[in-house]
Amino acid sequence: MSLHTLSVAEMSAALGRREVSARELAQHFLDRISVSNPALNAYVTITAERALADARAADEAIAAGTAGPLTGIPVAQKDIFCTDGIRTTCGSRMLDNFVSPYDATVVERLTAAGTVMLGKTNMDEFAMGSSNETSWYGPVRNPWDHAKVPGGSSGGSAAVVAARLAPVATGTDTGGSIRQPAALVGISGIKPTYGRVSRYGMIAFASSLDQAGIMAPSAEDCALFLQAIAGFDARDSTSVDRPVPNYGAELSTPVKGLKIGILKEFFERGLEGTTGALVNSVLEQYRALGAELVEVSCPNLPLSVPTYYVVAPAECSSNLSRFDGVRFGHRCENPRDLMDLYKRSRGEGFGQEVKRRIMTGAYVLSAGYYDAYYLKAQKVRSLITADFKAAFEKVDLLIGPTSPTPAFDLGAKVDDPITMYLNDIYTIGANLAGLPAMSIPCGFDGHLPVGVQLIGPHFGESRLLSAAHAYQSVTDYHRRIPAAYV
Amino acid sequence: MSLTRSQVEGIAHLARLDVTEAELPAYVDSLSKILSFVEQLSAADTAAVSPMAHPLEGESQRLRADEVTESDRHERFQVNAPSVTDALYIVPRVIE
Repeated sequence: MSLHTLSVAEMSAALGRREVSARELAQHFLDRISVSNPALNAYVTITAERALADARAADEAIAAGTAGPLTGIPVAQKDIFCTDGIRTTCGSRMLDNFVSPYDATVVERLTAAGTVMLGKTNMDEFAMGSSNETSWYGPVRNPWDHAKVPGGSSGGSAAVVAARLAPVATGTDTGGSIRQPAALVGISGIKPTYGRVSRYGMIAFASSLDQAGIMAPSAEDCALFLQAIAGFDARDSTSVDRPVPNYGAELSTPVKGLKIGILKEFFERGLEGTTGALVNSVLEQYRALGAELVEVSCPNLPLSVPTYYVVAPAECSSNLSRFDGVRFGHRCENPRDLMDLYKRSRGEGFGQEVKRRIMTGAYVLSAGYYDAYYLKAQKVRSLITADFKAAFEKVDLLIGPTSPTPAFDLGAKVDDPITMYLNDIYTIGANLAGLPAMSIPCGFDGHLPVGVQLIGPHFGESRLLSAAHAYQSVTDYHRRIPAAYV
Repeated sequence: MSLTRSQVEGIAHLARLDVTEAELPAYVDSLSKILSFVEQLSAADTAAVSPMAHPLEGESQRLRADEVTESDRHERFQVNAPSVTDALYIVPRVIE
């Protein structure tokens, strides 16, 4: 069996039995990266030296008997997480030259757990996009078909895991940026509850929505890595001080008796043929496993996309005001005065989609429009959240599609923001309500993978992961690898 | 909702973004479309609904003790600055 097809637990066992060293494992992935990354464009920065140094430390820990479950396991970091001494671009020209002076908590914790950093992954600029086409570093290719997008914004993380150029990658999810790309490349991805994972050192997009999570082939791999990054952090004021369950130990909780809600609004509009059929087959599978399926309704959910496209741009316009060409980031040549410095540095440093969202946000927050747009959206957000709350009084989990369609052609939606925004129709609700959600692969439409989405109540990650694991125990879609990357 | 060219120029100025003449029509078009799209929110009955700022129910922003917990690392931070002299960030002259 090849090293890159092992699960995290299998890799850890192989390292423990000395069948492979952390160095050999790191080198194996670095070799695969140098062969495949030029075409995929999934890594923006490859940190080979750092990987080998991490691997050396891991091998020492294994020899000393101090290794943990993740010691020596390679990981790719989305380039939104600050990495001390390593360039951190967020997919933007604005930060092309930015070398972070500190580590994000997620990075710090994964380093402390003994993981090996392979590199930083490509992404939509400032995580604003659903196709990875807004990156300053160019689009990422879908490993299943290089003419298709990998989804976004964590498109690089999705592609490196799908092509097995890393066993696991970190991602962030503001409106679907972990789940949608996971679905489009046929892997698993979990967006935890808002407040579950620290956002310290994670470059902010929309602060009431952003959350960090894990992308990996299986729910089991996700559980092991989520364990390492979850938990309270005093440096993030939205971090929730609440014990972290043992996700790995709870993974085998049976599905029998589990009440799964079929979200009516997700099945009645815009769900295309094969995706709908595959998602329905997942319902059958859960029934066969002993789950009880009931239809539930969240009547305000169809308003989630317009709500999001007011709230997220508003928060982005505020967060991105820090990029001023003065303290860090891009500065224009020969500014005439301070105003010219601000405007041209930002005008040149940001791409078109980021500028569009900043301007949308500035407009909906401006005097005379605040009540009609921003306040209204915040109220509809309350309605959507209340719908979810009522649904979780009846069921344990909710189920629906992750994305309306499989991966689409590069360039197909790039000129039409509304069509692009509607990709997030099934994923945004969980962000607005702060709920944990995950996407797992559930079959193929032709040669392209399709994902199904599970949504849980606040801090219901264990239930999500065990339900996903139960499905993956009787299916093998999560083990499929594109032929070119076997 | 249709924005005019001068409205978009006004928004770009508020947002401190230089938008070129060539880029402007595309922004007028796409921002107008986005605002029309989000207008469907006005159909929702929110008369008795409170606005929601974040999803942490019952949680409020934590405060910490007013103690110095970080060391002075300005030299390290200023490595990323476009222009620094004597530990000061340099910008074009502001007072004539």
